[in-house]
Amino acid sequence: MSKAKDVLLDPIFNKNPIGLQILGICSALAVTSKLETVVVMCLAVIFVLAGSNVSVSLIRRQVPSSIRIIVEITIIATLVIIVDQFLKAYAFGISKQLSVFVGLIITNCIVLGRAEAFAMKNPPGLSFLDGIGNGLGYSIVLILVAFFRELFGAGKLLGFTILHSTNDGGWYLPNGLMLLPPSAFFIIGLLIWALRSWKIEQIEEEN
Amino acid sequence: MEHYLSLLMKAIFVENMALAFFLGMCTFLAVSKKVDTAIGLGVAVIVVQTITIPVNNLIFQYLLKEDALSWLGLTGTNLTFIGLICYIGVIAAMVQILEMVLDRHVPALYNALGIFLPLITVNCAILGGSLFMVERDYNFAESIVFGFGSGTGWALALVALAGIREKMKYADVPVGLRGLGLTFMITGLMAMAFMAFSGIQL
Repeated sequence: MSKAKDVLLDPIFNKNPIGLQILGICSALAVTSKLETVVVMCLAVIFVLAGSNVSVSLIRRQVPSSIRIIVEITIIATLVIIVDQFLKAYAFGISKQLSVFVGLIITNCIVLGRAEAFAMKNPPGLSFLDGIGNGLGYSIVLILVAFFRELFGAGKLLGFTILHSTNDGGWYLPNGLMLLPPSAFFIIGLLIWALRSWKIEQIEEEN
Repeated sequence: MEHYLSLLMKAIFVENMALAFFLGMCTFLAVSKKVDTAIGLGVAVIVVQTITIPVNNLIFQYLLKEDALSWLGLTGTNLTFIGLICYIGVIAAMVQILEMVLDRHVPALYNALGIFLPLITVNCAILGGSLFMVERDYNFAESIVFGFGSGTGWALALVALAGIREKMKYADVPVGLRGLGLTFMITGLMAMAFMAFSGIQL
């Protein structure tokens, strides 16, 4: 039982996919200028990650290793097409805002990385928890980044005004840099600095 | 000829895959520790990109596009919704072939790239390249030039970052920021520099 708990909770802080494993960064930069899109994106990623981990784990003994990548990718692409069609049907506005980045979940390295590194070696139950755990670890970083970018870039959270910007006669001068992608690099860099000052063992070896 | 040259320059510098569109970041950050490995991966990406984009272009033009099956006598077909799975299938097959060839002929590079070779499949720069090709409706010749250019631009950014990171070991950096944290900061600064290219028309 404790193993299942570790598998679920480790990726959130101890082995964070973005902070330590360097997986899934592209989408972290591109969709994080607004909190609303990020929440939808995170749900989509958690669904795909859990689904692909379970499916890959179920067929892990039948697939020869020389064609495993193609098999894994096909499973992932199918799940992503389901998510894409679902969003287009029920949340068209958000689907438009996310544009190509829903399609690019296929190439989100967290999904293939976990399928390769975990689901190929573990039973379906644990793989499912690993998928959920990594999805949550990814979501936490994305939501934090989006929180800072939307708050300081536009003075809003989820579309509600928090800091009155000067454009609307308030006092807050929006920081335009926060809406540009490079700011995501700086925020993630600072988050990693904070995480590693707290958990010193995550600092990689000098080589 | 001039048209292709300007497309090439645009793909390499103005619309750099890594620093203007932020695609392929995971590999970009992870494999930029040494210049040698970076060059190896850069070449692999250029090769995969130059082959997959034209192949995907053919698939799009003759199988998926609206009314694309007219050469078979079928009209009114539109298979664009399975586009994603086709493009990624081509990419995965190419990477698997490249993996086998490298394993057989260049084992040193194969070992140096490690898990990041299979991860080229999920390098968003590669799928992103194919999606841009579809979105901008390039013809076959243009897609070869675009594939080569976008791969080269990505490789160039990777090698530049690796060069900076090699020099960074002489710097005195706060303990928690060492490694990944600092790499994010450097990439952020490089990206800001590259934003100066945006909007340039050739």
